[in-house]
Amino acid sequence: MSVTSRITDDGVVVVAVEGQLIVGNRQELKNLVHEALERGGRKFVIDCSHTGYIDSSGLGALVSMSRKVRESGGEMRIAGLNEDLRSLFELTKLDTLFPILETPEQALAGF
Amino acid sequence: MTAPLRFTVRRSPEDAAETGPVCVLLDLPCDLECIEEAVELLALHCFAGRRPGQRTAFRFRVALAEALANAMRASDRGTGEPGRRVGVSAELHLETVRVSVSDQGDGFDPDALPDPTLPDTVERECGRGIFLIKSLADHVEFNDRGNIIWMTLPRS
Repeated sequence: MSVTSRITDDGVVVVAVEGQLIVGNRQELKNLVHEALERGGRKFVIDCSHTGYIDSSGLGALVSMSRKVRESGGEMRIAGLNEDLRSLFELTKLDTLFPILETPEQALAGF
Repeated sequence: MTAPLRFTVRRSPEDAAETGPVCVLLDLPCDLECIEEAVELLALHCFAGRRPGQRTAFRFRVALAEALANAMRASDRGTGEPGRRVGVSAELHLETVRVSVSDQGDGFDPDALPDPTLPDTVERECGRGIFLIKSLADHVEFNDRGNIIWMTLPRS
């Protein structure tokens, strides 16, 4: 997995997750979001357009990060889920916790 | 440094009167960083010569990654003993693969796990692994001790 981030002109931190988000590498994503939070970032889009699969630890990491962002007065959105990944969020009811948008562009719109 | 994977494939003799299913065996160290590679190796062998649908491949990978992570954590939990291993066996049938994952831990009661989708559990960071496996596999069984899981998954 590789995790890259960029900050838009509107100050939204877009984090792209490429590959698998699983127990062995979720900490890398958590660290990146944590550091962005410490630098003042409050709006996050997790771009899963190039994410292969996510295990329960990866889902748990997203839940944990979302809570931290929310407690800091921010918001985290998820974008780019394919049909299979979206089904994981629906099965686990996590689609009720996150705003889930079709594309990163849609997630950024009005953020 | 990560211990090397030990990977063996056992096949029934082609001229056997009753040919048993091809069996793929994998023996792993309790190292969470091995999971991705192990899942890909097993997918390679279980789907060899086939073109599984995207959904089939996805279900296989997620269910197996979950089972391996659970087994590795259970094997290591509280023992402090180095060198514990996790074993995987995949029986290849025509339309399905039956995968077992065994660990050297004390086991657990899969029926005692809370539903992770309830309002008071949905925001927990942990506790979705077995739920996901049961949702993605066609059939799931455990031994009485709770340290071996059998999952039946589609191959096409």
